[in-house]
Amino acid sequence: MSKDTEAIERTKSISEPYKYGFVTDIEVDLAPKGLSEDVVKLISEKKSEPKWMLDWRLKAYKKWLEMTPPEWQKASFKPIDYQDAYYYAAPKSGDKPKSLDEVDPQLLEVYEKLGIPLKEQEVLAGVEGAPKVAVDAVFDSVSVATTYRAKLEEIGVIFCSISEAIQNYPELVRKYLGSVVPYTDNYYATLNSAVFTDGSFVYIPKGVSCPMELSTYFRINQENTGQFERTLIIADEDAKVSYLEGCTAPMRDEHQLHAAVVELITLDDAEIKYSTVQNWYPGDEEGVGGIYNFVTKRGACRGNNSKISWTQVETGSAITWKYPSCILQGDNSVGEFYSVAITNNAQQADTGTKMIHIGKNTSSRIISKGISAGRADQTYRGLVRMQRGANGARNYTQCDSLLIGDNCGAHTIPYIESQNPSAQVEHEATTSKISDDQMFYCRQRGLTEEESVSLIVNGFCREVLQTLPMEFAVEAQKLVGISLEGSVG
Amino acid sequence: MALLEIRNLHAKVNKKPILNGVDLTIDVGEVHAIMGPNGSGKSTLSYILSGREGYEITEGEIIYNGLDILDMAADERARQGIFLAFQYPVEIPGVAGLTFLKTAANAIRVHRGIDELDAMDFLKFVRSKASSLDISDSMLKRAVNEGFSGGEKKRMEILQMAVLEPYLAILDETDSGLDIDALKVVSDGVNNLRNDKRSILLITHYQRLLDYIIPDKVHVLANGRIVQSGDKNLALELEEYGYSKFSEVVE
Ligand SMILES: Nc1ncnc2c1ncn2[C@@H]1O[C@H](COP(=O)(O)OP(=O)(O)OP(=O)(O)O)[C@@H](O)[C@H]1O
Ligand SMILES: [Mg+2]
Repeated sequence: MSKDTEAIERTKSISEPYKYGFVTDIEVDLAPKGLSEDVVKLISEKKSEPKWMLDWRLKAYKKWLEMTPPEWQKASFKPIDYQDAYYYAAPKSGDKPKSLDEVDPQLLEVYEKLGIPLKEQEVLAGVEGAPKVAVDAVFDSVSVATTYRAKLEEIGVIFCSISEAIQNYPELVRKYLGSVVPYTDNYYATLNSAVFTDGSFVYIPKGVSCPMELSTYFRINQENTGQFERTLIIADEDAKVSYLEGCTAPMRDEHQLHAAVVELITLDDAEIKYSTVQNWYPGDEEGVGGIYNFVTKRGACRGNNSKISWTQVETGSAITWKYPSCILQGDNSVGEFYSVAITNNAQQADTGTKMIHIGKNTSSRIISKGISAGRADQTYRGLVRMQRGANGARNYTQCDSLLIGDNCGAHTIPYIESQNPSAQVEHEATTSKISDDQMFYCRQRGLTEEESVSLIVNGFCREVLQTLPMEFAVEAQKLVGISLEGSVG
Repeated sequence: MALLEIRNLHAKVNKKPILNGVDLTIDVGEVHAIMGPNGSGKSTLSYILSGREGYEITEGEIIYNGLDILDMAADERARQGIFLAFQYPVEIPGVAGLTFLKTAANAIRVHRGIDELDAMDFLKFVRSKASSLDISDSMLKRAVNEGFSGGEKKRMEILQMAVLEPYLAILDETDSGLDIDALKVVSDGVNNLRNDKRSILLITHYQRLLDYIIPDKVHVLANGRIVQSGDKNLALELEEYGYSKFSEVVE
């Protein structure tokens, strides 16, 4: 073995590939195992929900019982035993704390360790104008803290957990919840509608540009527990917000389900930028364990001249199955989807987007970068639909796949439906490999094998990564490198 | 003192013998030139010296700085100070030249126990080297070699050499494809990097380059061996008579 490969082996053995894999031993309040009408009622009761909310959940639960899991996605896994999981797990530290000082220090420590300090202070101490990020921290089934709330309230921005929103802003929640993703939408969304536990709620009032990044950090800790996130973001007329979510989970050799529903609504001239850095535990090299990330994310550009932009960096999860989509109702509205999906080892991903053009002169842009390594398999699946009234609508789609090694796969499945002859759809796709020439060029300049792969892949994804808010772009670049560790040589 | 000693090096690619017993010694601070017909194995030798995989070394050894480097990976050799300016520089889409340079420079600095440079200091450092090579900021921001003209690529290679400060620089036909002005710029760049601690191996087809960068020794590589060595006058001879006289020597 050469000195160099020795060095790589050494670093590999000391650097834990998934550094968020720790478990926190904390006392929890668990619902009884399994799924039933009683469990749905119990969740609603735990959250002291009004009757309309419980009724909605129960309708969804009934509907779900009649549904069967979808089988069209290109991902294979054993059927999930829904009776063998917990649907509610909350740290026992009492009711949701009123202020940060009241949060269980053990929980604060968890977030510190994850690199998400739950503090209200300049992110870069002493730096004038340093960006502030408000964080909603969701731990298993409950939100444990939301920072900067008071400051945001001063300008009318509501940023809180969905559970609190149901209590405090019932009119807004009733008006918009399920208006983009109805409770009947699909198997996992319907399940989510019945048993969703927590997530974030954001409302930006007319004419306000939210002065700080909003973000939610999802952490799964408890074993055998599904996490059913529900997030709702509304940007009223001429409002703007940039929102980011991050996710991690402990390393376990069982699979855990994260079935989320996210709904975005923009009214006239409003804009939402929604970024995801998804780093759920991917399972081990053999495919044991890891999160099933089955997610429904959809935004409605209801108003004219409004815009919704999705950016996702998907590096984790055993299976990712999600299509953040835009319904472009308002005239001149704009939908964007920027995606980096990395699958290594035994990971599987079937991801893409749907752009539904309804209004006149609507436009959409899809940039998807898929990277596959190991035995991983990845599919880009995208739908662009130009409806009858979508005069002058335009779409541009670009799907690039990069393969590392000979045992992985990449597939591109674009669906294009056009009912309007004046609409234009453009689609480009490429598949490439990291060439030996590129590898040697980098290594000749002193970069190790892994550094070389990371650099080349980051270059490949650049167009997407640069759409992330600055503070997160750097993290995402590192993550790209880490998720491909051990993929060459 | 010898920085590089190549002894009786035999190498094959895909079972085909390319190098058939190369012997070459370069002392610290010396500049050597290798000339030779197309396909004689010059680039192959440069790749083997810099550690590219895919070559079967059937005999011989390479001693660099007192170390047998044949088992050393390419990146380790680079960190030990071996630099190759490529005959055909490679494009890396999406990676800004400056980022690439910084990553490389810091990898090498860490290895040498020097502090890494932060973004601002690094930019200053690079600009100071780039201006004399006629390389603008906008070129540094573009993706590595992507869409660069042949001459621009060659100038970027020399910029990398200037930034990475190698002990042994192998320049594989860096003069090919350069216009007259660029040849001057590149030669000046190389001459500026010439010092008593740095050895340079120039691979070229043209005597003209050696008017600008005056070598201590000139070698002829033909059919995978050094068939003649001399001083800079050997290059003039070759210019006049070509390589025909060497074909018998090896056959
Ligand atoms: N991967 C390979 N497979 C087969 N033959 C190869 C391979 N690499 C190099 N060769 C052969 O080895 C010989 C030497 O090639 P090399 O590139 O080293 O020549 P050179 O002296 O640099 O030529 P030039 O002056 O044209 O640059 C050529 O005949 C070439 O075709
Ligand atoms: Mg050559």
